[in-house]
Amino acid sequence: MGDFSFFLEVVVGGLLSGVMYTLVALGFVLIFKASGVFNFAQGAMVLFAALTFVGFLEFGLPMWAAFLLALAAMLALAVAIERTVLRPLVGQDHMILFMATIGLSIFLEGFAQLIWGTKVRGLDLGISDEPIEIGGILISQFDLSAALMAAVLVAVLSAFFSYTKVGRALRAVADDTQAAQVAGVPLGFIWAVVWGAAGFIALVAGLVWGARLGVQFALTLVALKALPVMILGGFNSIAGAIVAGLVIGVSEKLAEIYLGPFVGGGIENWFPYALAIAVLLIRPAGLFGAARIARV
Amino acid sequence: MPQRFSPRRRKSVAPACLLALVATLGFAVPAAAQTAAPAATGGAAMEQFVPIAIYRTGPYAPGGSGIYGAYADYLALVNARDGGVNGVKLVYEECETGYQPDRMIECYERQKAKGPTGAAAFTPSGTGGVYALIDRMTADKIPSVTIGYGRTDSSDGRVFPYFFPLISNYWSENTATIRYIAEREGGLDKLKGKKIANVVMDFAAGRETQAILDAQAKRYGFEVTTFPITPPGLDQRAVWLQVRQYRPDWVLFRGWGAATPTGIKEAARAGIARDRIIGWWWSGSEEDVTPAGDAAKGFITAQFHATGPNYPVFEDIKKYVYAKGEGNVEENRIGSVYYVRGVLHGVAVTEAMRTAMKKFGNRPLTGDEVRWGLEHLVMTSERIKQLGLEGLMPEIKVTCADHEGDGAIRFQQWDGAKWVMISDWIKSDQSMVRPLIEASAAQFAKEKGITPRDCAGETN
Repeated sequence: MGDFSFFLEVVVGGLLSGVMYTLVALGFVLIFKASGVFNFAQGAMVLFAALTFVGFLEFGLPMWAAFLLALAAMLALAVAIERTVLRPLVGQDHMILFMATIGLSIFLEGFAQLIWGTKVRGLDLGISDEPIEIGGILISQFDLSAALMAAVLVAVLSAFFSYTKVGRALRAVADDTQAAQVAGVPLGFIWAVVWGAAGFIALVAGLVWGARLGVQFALTLVALKALPVMILGGFNSIAGAIVAGLVIGVSEKLAEIYLGPFVGGGIENWFPYALAIAVLLIRPAGLFGAARIARV
Repeated sequence: MPQRFSPRRRKSVAPACLLALVATLGFAVPAAAQTAAPAATGGAAMEQFVPIAIYRTGPYAPGGSGIYGAYADYLALVNARDGGVNGVKLVYEECETGYQPDRMIECYERQKAKGPTGAAAFTPSGTGGVYALIDRMTADKIPSVTIGYGRTDSSDGRVFPYFFPLISNYWSENTATIRYIAEREGGLDKLKGKKIANVVMDFAAGRETQAILDAQAKRYGFEVTTFPITPPGLDQRAVWLQVRQYRPDWVLFRGWGAATPTGIKEAARAGIARDRIIGWWWSGSEEDVTPAGDAAKGFITAQFHATGPNYPVFEDIKKYVYAKGEGNVEENRIGSVYYVRGVLHGVAVTEAMRTAMKKFGNRPLTGDEVRWGLEHLVMTSERIKQLGLEGLMPEIKVTCADHEGDGAIRFQQWDGAKWVMISDWIKSDQSMVRPLIEASAAQFAKEKGITPRDCAGETN
């Protein structure tokens, strides 16, 4: 294989990896956008969603039924979180809410394993993982399918935010929570919707990552892949999450292959963080994040 | 002024107290049922305490629950079938570590003095725990039994009298692996000019074989290039694309946890034949390959034991333990890789006790006496057969100087549904391994100011 073909394969592979990171980052962005809270529990939600889905499959249910039931479980979880965690903390500092999500994360990790066990499970979504050759380079069919899923998800979310009443209310809450409440927007309902949507994203991410890694505790760690994406793209921008995911995916692969050999290799994991820190120094709100202006 | 509860406050506290009580009872009852405190049984004098550090929670729970649950199962079997070891009943208690070294230390400290003579032995449940406990366990004279993990140079019993990384260590495994490759290639001389990609998790255990691999490359004339994967290794595309570019004849893969199925899948995507990839034994459980689906077919790993449910020991465990509802693992895991490893831990500790009792008498033993038993442990094929383990483990002979026991390695291949043994037992190359172990142990002794024991005076 020629050097340029190999370079192209690395770039395409990086773009497809980036889409996978974006899938996870979207859940974080959604909640931050609506409430200004960094949801530390998003990784645990991915685990909970995937375990629930596979658990229902093991009962002998068809895939569509398992998906619907797992989605229902994630929506119920969202309502429970709103009632028991968020509602009592309305008006508290964002740091308090962030700390609450750390507790929630630990709880969900244990709760998911308590219900479904610790066994590692394989997950076959029926999508072939054999590479196909396009223009002399090998591309994973599974990753292409995941990219398609992510594209559909982004389109649905964008339409939801832009064209529905709930979506507009959600944006109002994101802009100014108190003003939105004064205007009659029910904060509790909006938060439950946002967490429900984040649960839906966690389910999709859980299925895609679960098919890759197996459904196991390590799914909670995929959040580590989303962090630099958000820092780079901005915590409150869906477009930013998409672009940053692609940038991170490509840059980490190129760095590992072309810079790695000079420093002993193994830089793929920390390079995105170095890149994100560099961007922070220039644009603290990220490439697409809205800079907050506060009266002091 | 004392604080007084208002009626409203009192009303809210009562259910909370009730909940706390229920929660406390809920957690306490199973633990009490498992331990059967010596005082309550009235037979403390003939009971031996065996601590079980386990990790049933956290990212590595599948391994922890399988290995140490099986360890408990074997102890339960010895009690139920044989009435204990020579009449000494085994009292065991689980302690959850979450695979965290700090909690492994906490479990050790909490459990080391239990029972009439203290802990017989301790299984730290992780290499990190082994490193953290070296000074404490040596001072307390309690032996550490680790099979398939632990500090490699602790195989030198002259420097590490209380540490027993039994059957095989990573360096021995690596030389056996090169011998296996040579077998497949048609002889050691055929290794000349071959290219081996060494894909490792970028942590201590992953990198540990570099020196022995380099030494073998020099001796046999093959080329080796290392490709590190940063933990947790959830995305390894770049690494495997590099491996493909390297065009290796063989790939050694030291994956761990989710990194193993991820690596196997990436290898498949990169078009690398899985039957040319040889994993270490921490990539060789069912949990490592099942998530990779069809991509794992053909994948080979080293193993220091066989697997499968059809061994007499497992029939006994089902009959004497599970039939009474006293199992510690899901029954369908009996015979799986992690389960076998746990049983081997139980076999090592109880056989060491049996050996020690020949010298010290049929009574509960101190940790130091069990150490003596471990240092004189000989598992012949006859004894292995008597225990219902024929073919499951290699013969071993532990000595004062050799805490590994000169075990052997087999190779297994995943056929899509189960591991199939594809080689006989292959001995490691101790002419290469032992000098490295002794050099490393000597360095440790020098740093710690330890004078290595003279094993000539420790034969009886």
